[in-house]
Amino acid sequence: MSTTLLLAILLVIAAVAFVLGRMRAGALSQGRSSALHSRPNYYGAFVALAAFLPSLILVAVWLTISPFVINSAVRDTFPQEVKNQSEAQQSLAHGMVTTIARGLPFLTEEEIAGIRQDPSTLQSVFAARRFAVAAEAQPYMLDSAATLNAMSQTSRTTLSALALLLSIVGAFFALRMVAPRFRARNQVERVMLWSLLLASSIAILTTVGIVASMATEALRFFTMVPAHEFFFGTVWDPRFAGAGASSSGQFGLIPLLAGTLYIGFVAMLVAVPVGLFAAIYMAEYASPRMRSTAKPLLEVLAGIPTIVYGFFALVTVGPFLRDISAQLSGLVTGDYTSFIEAQSVITAGIVMGIMLIPYVSSLSDDIITAVPRALRDGSLGLGATRSETIKRVILPAALPGIVGALLMTASRAIGETMIVVLAAGVAARMQLNPFEPMTTVTVKIVNQLTGDLEFTSPQTLVAFALGITLFCITLALNIYALYIVRKYREQYE
Amino acid sequence: MTEAATEELLDKKMNAVPLKMVGKDVSVYYGDKRALYDVNLNVRENTVTALIGPSGCGKSTFLRTLNRMNDTIDGCRVTGTITLDGDDIYDSSIDVVELRARVGMVFQKPNPFPKSIYENVAYGPRIHGLAKSKADLDQVVEQSLQKAGLWNEVKDRLHEGGTGLSGGQQQRLCIARAVAVSPEVILMDEPCSALDPIATARVEELIHELRTNFTIVIVTHSMQQAARVSQRTAMFHLGNLVEENDTDKMFTNPDDQRTQDYIMGRFG
Repeated sequence: MSTTLLLAILLVIAAVAFVLGRMRAGALSQGRSSALHSRPNYYGAFVALAAFLPSLILVAVWLTISPFVINSAVRDTFPQEVKNQSEAQQSLAHGMVTTIARGLPFLTEEEIAGIRQDPSTLQSVFAARRFAVAAEAQPYMLDSAATLNAMSQTSRTTLSALALLLSIVGAFFALRMVAPRFRARNQVERVMLWSLLLASSIAILTTVGIVASMATEALRFFTMVPAHEFFFGTVWDPRFAGAGASSSGQFGLIPLLAGTLYIGFVAMLVAVPVGLFAAIYMAEYASPRMRSTAKPLLEVLAGIPTIVYGFFALVTVGPFLRDISAQLSGLVTGDYTSFIEAQSVITAGIVMGIMLIPYVSSLSDDIITAVPRALRDGSLGLGATRSETIKRVILPAALPGIVGALLMTASRAIGETMIVVLAAGVAARMQLNPFEPMTTVTVKIVNQLTGDLEFTSPQTLVAFALGITLFCITLALNIYALYIVRKYREQYE
Repeated sequence: MTEAATEELLDKKMNAVPLKMVGKDVSVYYGDKRALYDVNLNVRENTVTALIGPSGCGKSTFLRTLNRMNDTIDGCRVTGTITLDGDDIYDSSIDVVELRARVGMVFQKPNPFPKSIYENVAYGPRIHGLAKSKADLDQVVEQSLQKAGLWNEVKDRLHEGGTGLSGGQQQRLCIARAVAVSPEVILMDEPCSALDPIATARVEELIHELRTNFTIVIVTHSMQQAARVSQRTAMFHLGNLVEENDTDKMFTNPDDQRTQDYIMGRFG
């Protein structure tokens, strides 16, 4: 019985159990709902859960464990000389056995007999059935495959039987437990509580897992390159092995960090004033109709994939800046060479700033609108104009929240990749001219991990060290932002 | 002359007191909904006028038309005329900012700005440029706080946050803030509804004292409060002005049956 069919049958049993449980509760109450502790539906849900959940857990555990058991059993059937071979060889053999096992049910008796006589025909016979077998088969493999199939079959049958049995037994006992004073609602709600908890812990555990995997890889990197050379090195020059160099190159973080912060700074320089002004207009001046059209439009900007902003930088903004700088220098000096390169800090910064505008404006708008109306009225009632009210009362009151929002935006700017890849170039340089290319941490992570690489050299492992550094920076920014926002909230509630 | 004697004299002269603000056929609409029906109501100079009536009767709406705070509400429309010293305040030649400096307002819930006590009071004088120097400003702040009866309580902590004061102190700070602009009229929208009885008594006493310098219009839910602090009372019901009379007469022998019923607690 396939897993899907099994689950479907379990669901049907659960549905029947639900109806039975509700009917039994109804019968026990004799039509007086006050006689029951919970609503009849809760009794039904309780019986259904008792029928479904234990079986579901059994299926999940069984399906996780049984492959390992079957694998080791199949390997046991290998002849001694195969067992003596290396682990890689064995797993190769095991892979072939699995393929053969998958194809075996589709062959006729004669074909199997034919293969037994001459194993070298296996490949062609299987190919005719559209199963690709990697290498020439050994005679023992046919037996191992047969064992594998037999064991899988037994495993499935046993699982189906056990699961169905458990489901029916569970439903039966749950039905027996249904009584007027039985607290079915509390039981059902407890199950719901656990499922909610499970959902939230999955997200948290995944984050922990990501950090842990990054940290282990980064630690491997630091065994090859000393930490101080990475954190305080001012030259980024990871030479790939085989380029004729004896050393593995230099992995200085500083130029990348400088580029990241510089581009982020230019981006914030664009995004903060524009976004903040937009937010003030939306929150304080715009008529409701204007607001209801302009705000979603502005937020559409947030939905554009960043790679599209990258194109925009690459084909529009970069060349535009280059040409305009050529015109400018031509007008001033008569020499028409552009002083802004198409790929430069300023191109990336401006485009990233445009990307960030909706974040700044949307977050700030919410914060400004959250300032109590009483404060506005108080100021207006004293004869202050709207702009005086905004400048002297609303913005100061909203400032901590806005700062928090800006910090969150900054952490986005630091983590942004695609725009920078296309707009700022890949040259890891330390310089202050915004008209020349620089690069960021994220770009270098992409660089180090694209291509055909082995994950044991410092050239690739450095990506994890960069990643965890970036993670720490954005995490710190976010925590600080949350801290500020929370402090602000205390003032008004 | 003692204070009591002054008061008596003022009360006697009530009908001779000049009119500060005159509302004529005032109607207010929120969108399609009409909230006020042709209200004719006068506010006399240096008098406390109380507006009473059940919830939703339009008394706060009328109060807010007096300094055009209704302008800040979307879809609100006012018809009829309201004059301040004879000038129509809804005329296009009137600057609403200037109007609100002359007709100040204290709100239902104390709403000090999240600034220091000093800055709260100095806010109005600063934006209107009423003080020429720091010393001037200091003086305005001190006088205002004194008028609001708050000076002795806060003089040692002027630079601490205004939101840290108690509810009653916050409301008196808001009154000081309104007084600091030297308005001619002060509008109070249920100024004691968020305060405990002791703080209420303190604010009522203050209203009494402020009457010598300012014209006051107060909206209140409490009949006793209207009786205690006001000289004139206006009763609103369902958007109509039911009766306007001397407070004494209003509470002893009202002209209108509805006023009688409301005061006796038969509805509202």
